[in-house]
Amino acid sequence: MTAPGEAGGSFAAADAEITVELTLNGAPASFSAPARWTLADALREKLGATGTHLGCEHGVCGACTVLLDGEAVRACLVLAVQAEARAVETVEGLAADDELAPLQQAFHEHHALQCGFCTPGFLMAATALVRNEPDATSERIREALSGNLCRCTGYAPIVAAVRAVLDERAA
Amino acid sequence: MKPPPFAYARAESLEQALALLAEGGEDAKALAGGQSLVPALSFRLLRPTHLVDIDRVGGLDAVRGADGRLSLGALVRHATLARLQPSQSHRALRAAARAIGHDAIRVRGTLGGSLAHADPAAELPVVALALDAELVVASLEGRRSVAAADFFLGPFTTALAPGELLVEAVFPALPPGARTAFAEFAARAGDFALACVCVGVAPGWARIAVGGVGATPVRAQAAEAVLAGGGAGALQEAAATASRELEVYGDRAADQGYRRGLVQTLTRRALADALETA
Repeated sequence: MTAPGEAGGSFAAADAEITVELTLNGAPASFSAPARWTLADALREKLGATGTHLGCEHGVCGACTVLLDGEAVRACLVLAVQAEARAVETVEGLAADDELAPLQQAFHEHHALQCGFCTPGFLMAATALVRNEPDATSERIREALSGNLCRCTGYAPIVAAVRAVLDERAA
Repeated sequence: MKPPPFAYARAESLEQALALLAEGGEDAKALAGGQSLVPALSFRLLRPTHLVDIDRVGGLDAVRGADGRLSLGALVRHATLARLQPSQSHRALRAAARAIGHDAIRVRGTLGGSLAHADPAAELPVVALALDAELVVASLEGRRSVAAADFFLGPFTTALAPGELLVEAVFPALPPGARTAFAEFAARAGDFALACVCVGVAPGWARIAVGGVGATPVRAQAAEAVLAGGGAGALQEAAATASRELEVYGDRAADQGYRRGLVQTLTRRALADALETA
């Protein structure tokens, strides 16, 4: 018997709490939220993963970028309930214990962040790129990151950091 | 802002989706990739009473080609279109998909969503109009086919009735030797088009459709006649004709004169692009 809002079921009433079970950074997680909550808000408010930032909340700035089944998406444009049974990765999952991931280390070394507000979004977009397109050209790096806005750095150091990680992998 | 409240159901099959849409009534909306619908909800421009989530419905994302005809399921993602190896005649579809937003948008956004949302500045409706796409609409009553020319009725308004779901777009085989192209201009890469043009040319046949300048995509039929007529200078003349014949609106992003100029330039570029391809 499926609950309202579960696949194949009937309508869940407006603002009824719907339970969502997903994988977050490799570990099982779950929360309950109304259908109108975005994944970005659920990650932050229900799962305490506040590394995913809210910039524009309408899909323009990329600050909320997370990975959904390995692909970079805007968490503010995914309803929380749409994450059911999916694998979500956020910036919190990049570092292993105390060791920064290569992209994080490269951002640090190349001064690819100042205020840091856009940084989690850029890191997740770059993670998808490095993982899925290891031979991306510099032009492709810019295209892949073009959906993320940064007010501080002027972008060049961000591109350089990603370039460095790709070059390191290729070496 | 945050989205307003709505009743929510997730469909596992097309049949279920249609039943849920019918149950949801007049103000029910289908949700697929959400790249157009969710921002509209967040701005509270739309307040559906019911949302039917079709994002995981199987069988609606097929890409099938035969004899020059291209059938695309409504859930085909823009990223898939952007990677198509189309027949020569349908390369405009790939170019248009590549112009949509950014990677994160293309991974989620769908062909059906873009067509059903009918944003006047969207790319795929222009291609659908230019290339005479037939749009397949399903409901509990069955299926019907709507020509692209009859589908886009106004800004964000289509021929879809309550309870109906766009399930497929069929791009017919084009005349022998046809070449297509797409050109767009936006303030920044990935922005909505200030104007965009899709063209198709073959001996004695021409299609020029323009988006972003009016309530719906429109065909520049006088320009098409100029082009189909052929002759030296037809390309330049067709581009000029297109910019003159169409009703073009202006706003703070681009005034009327600027958009007319865009229509001319983009038509010229798209035609040159189409005619240069081998």
